[in-house]
Amino acid sequence: MNRLVATVAAGLLLSTVAACSSDAGGSSDDARAADKPRSVTVFAAASLKTSFEQMKPKFEAANPGTTVTFNFAGSSDLVAQIQQGAPADVFASADTKNMDKAAADDLVEGTPANFATNTLEIVTPPGNPGQVDSIDDLAGSDLQVVLCAPEVPCGAAAESVEKAAGIDIKPASEEQSVTDVLNKVATGEADAGLVYVTDVKAAGDSVVGVTFPESADVVNTYPIAALSGSKNVELAQAFADFVTGTEGQAILEAAGFAKP
Amino acid sequence: MSVPRWVYVPAAAGALFIVLPLVAMAARVEWSQFFSLIGSDSSRAALWLSLRTSAASTVLCVVLGVPMALVLARTTFRGQGALRSLVLLPLVLPPVVGGIALLYTFGRKGLLGETLDVLGWQIAFSTTAVVIAQTFVSLPFLVVSLEGSLRTAGQQYEVVAATLGARPTTVLRRVTLPLVLPGLAAGAVLSFARALGEFGATITFAGSLEGVTRTLPLEIYLQRETDPDAAVALSLLLVVVAVLVIGLVRGTRSSAL
Amino acid sequence: MTLHLDVVVATRDVRATLDLGDGETVAILGPNGSGKSTLLATIAGIVRPDTGSATLDGTTLFDTASGTWRPPHDRGTALLAQDPLLFPHLTVLDNVAFGPRSARIARSEAHVIARRWLDEVDAGDLAGRKPSQLSGGQAQRVAIARALAADPHLLLLDEPMAALDVTVVPAMRQVLKRVLAGRSAVIVTHDVLDALLLADRVVVMEAGRVVEQGPTKDVLARPRSSFGAGIAGLNLARGQVESGTVRTRSGLVVAGLHHDATVPDGQQAVAVFSPSAVSVHREQPGGSPRNVFATTVRELEPRGSQVRVQTDELSADVTAPVVAELDLMPGTPVFLAVKASEVSIYSA
Repeated sequence: MNRLVATVAAGLLLSTVAACSSDAGGSSDDARAADKPRSVTVFAAASLKTSFEQMKPKFEAANPGTTVTFNFAGSSDLVAQIQQGAPADVFASADTKNMDKAAADDLVEGTPANFATNTLEIVTPPGNPGQVDSIDDLAGSDLQVVLCAPEVPCGAAAESVEKAAGIDIKPASEEQSVTDVLNKVATGEADAGLVYVTDVKAAGDSVVGVTFPESADVVNTYPIAALSGSKNVELAQAFADFVTGTEGQAILEAAGFAKP
Repeated sequence: MSVPRWVYVPAAAGALFIVLPLVAMAARVEWSQFFSLIGSDSSRAALWLSLRTSAASTVLCVVLGVPMALVLARTTFRGQGALRSLVLLPLVLPPVVGGIALLYTFGRKGLLGETLDVLGWQIAFSTTAVVIAQTFVSLPFLVVSLEGSLRTAGQQYEVVAATLGARPTTVLRRVTLPLVLPGLAAGAVLSFARALGEFGATITFAGSLEGVTRTLPLEIYLQRETDPDAAVALSLLLVVVAVLVIGLVRGTRSSAL
Repeated sequence: MTLHLDVVVATRDVRATLDLGDGETVAILGPNGSGKSTLLATIAGIVRPDTGSATLDGTTLFDTASGTWRPPHDRGTALLAQDPLLFPHLTVLDNVAFGPRSARIARSEAHVIARRWLDEVDAGDLAGRKPSQLSGGQAQRVAIARALAADPHLLLLDEPMAALDVTVVPAMRQVLKRVLAGRSAVIVTHDVLDALLLADRVVVMEAGRVVEQGPTKDVLARPRSSFGAGIAGLNLARGQVESGTVRTRSGLVVAGLHHDATVPDGQQAVAVFSPSAVSVHREQPGGSPRNVFATTVRELEPRGSQVRVQTDELSADVTAPVVAELDLMPGTPVFLAVKASEVSIYSA
């Protein structure tokens, strides 16, 4: 009796583990079964979320029977996932550095295409209580300024801007992501921060943006590429082409991105 | 009690489930560079900050948690059950939610923050904020652990002490607390460990600045962006520190009893 | 030291009064659940009575009428329970010094007091030990020393020997007899020997009420309650007097001697006699005994060299050979006989 129970328990356990692991593999099995899958999985930088989600219905309408699935995260996280074999068809990075990483591992099909650029903007709480109107004001000691940490792309960009403007900002905090910076500013914890133009636009009324001329010196370029691991490279490439095409560019422009 | 034999199977699976990821992580450590990875200025600053803030929040947990556990275990009043549930809330709350709640309490525009600001005490982006976040999430561990010990210990020794002429404060100091010392120590260790691992509430509420608010878990999360090897090495360091703390207290407890 | 107590604890259905004179030791006897310990707990301040009051040496311990409540630590009533409850984290010496230390006496002086009381209970050599290193009897002696070292006005003992091994009880009783001499104390017990040796006066409780009290020897010699008789090991028949005999509700008619004064017919009385005065027969005995009761054996209980034969109402003590000879076992119909000269009748 005991042995029977043990066998059953072990069996259940193994089948549970198997079920869990087959979850991830399920889609690729299905993909293999079909001749050419009509679905495309896009790994995209978090800052592209709004724009890409607007592109999804248009792309699906232009390619009947196609489904687009997104995975939005930090670009470095996405590269790491792709390197670990995540089932991605398209990679849209927020910087060339991470795309280069993917290319160096031969994960990219063809040559990545630059499809958008983004620049930094000063962000302040509504009403701009700290009366910030230039990048030099951020170096003032009595303001609480939050930046991205230099380890993440928006922080690296901020560091370059500081260099270009010849100032040294003493941040109250070096945040992990753009979202963290925006939150700290929107809640009034911080008087100012540095984020991308598109982030300020996406945040709506909760913050106020202040443009500054030095931002032009630091331009972040977004590349996109189909991935060599894709089960349907043609479809993946079609999505990349859609992003660089007229319709995609219009949506990106509306979100505040500039053309490369 | 003899355990049914089949129980060993899921028990072993459970143990494996916890140990295997740690082994896998240890296997990924670049041992040749291990000490240079964990020895960098930013790593040392993060470790030192984590130890200091966790110690401070543990002290705070004891100062606030012991009276709370006493009130919950030794008195009865209307709404006590509801109060207990509320106190335990940080246990089940996602830490990010805790961080947001703290932001609206102690932040510059928060409930208490504006008053504190007027008094010249700014909490946002300070090490104090880290300690507050850690205390918020780890306080229930101490309260739960200690309340259980108090209930298990019962009140019979306290009654005897009172009839021998000891005032309530004397009873607390000389009888109650010594009797529940193991439970208090266990609760303090749990709180310390929880504080050491605290991430969500800290990053939401306190921010992240080297030497001021960037604790070891925040440093690990940041290092992942650029230097995964350093992140793995620091993760292992955090595991080792946690194991040392637990082992240290178990050791002193078993020799004391 | 005098104590006056008058309490009602409704939840436990206890309504009782108790008075204690200076230097007097009172034993509270009674079956389990009769409210003895509750009474003690109200004196110590562990149980809050619903109504009532208590004064100790003119100090009000509590008075529900005026809302007075003196906390346990401020009463001067040390409580010694069945379980010694020595503080496990303190040495024997520090346990005994706990009371003096709580009275803000300096540590060194408290230790001197503690040593004196440890010597008093023959436990001086245990001073350095931890409670976990003591036997049950040693621990209870230390607990006595600890209670006495607190210098209580009134010592409360709640079945102090109930948890002890029978072999150490006599020695413990001697220790208690020594330390209780001339001291005001209330001892809850179920052992008649405790009452006889330690107490000046006995209070018997049944179902939350004091049913009988008086000098120990009187109560034991002439119990008026069934529990009093039971613990004294005596047979007790309660009923109405008819032509000088006691007729019980169950129909027993017991003849006996009226000791104090003749109880007139029609009044309530109790007939008391010792089980050793009762003889057991299988056939109806002839001859002199005026009291013969037909009954059935319910239980046989060895008591030293004797066997207690418990029947429906009465009991008899006989020797083991008699039990064998009569082939007694539960269910055996028997006749019990007792001489009228062995029976005492009191008004009840």
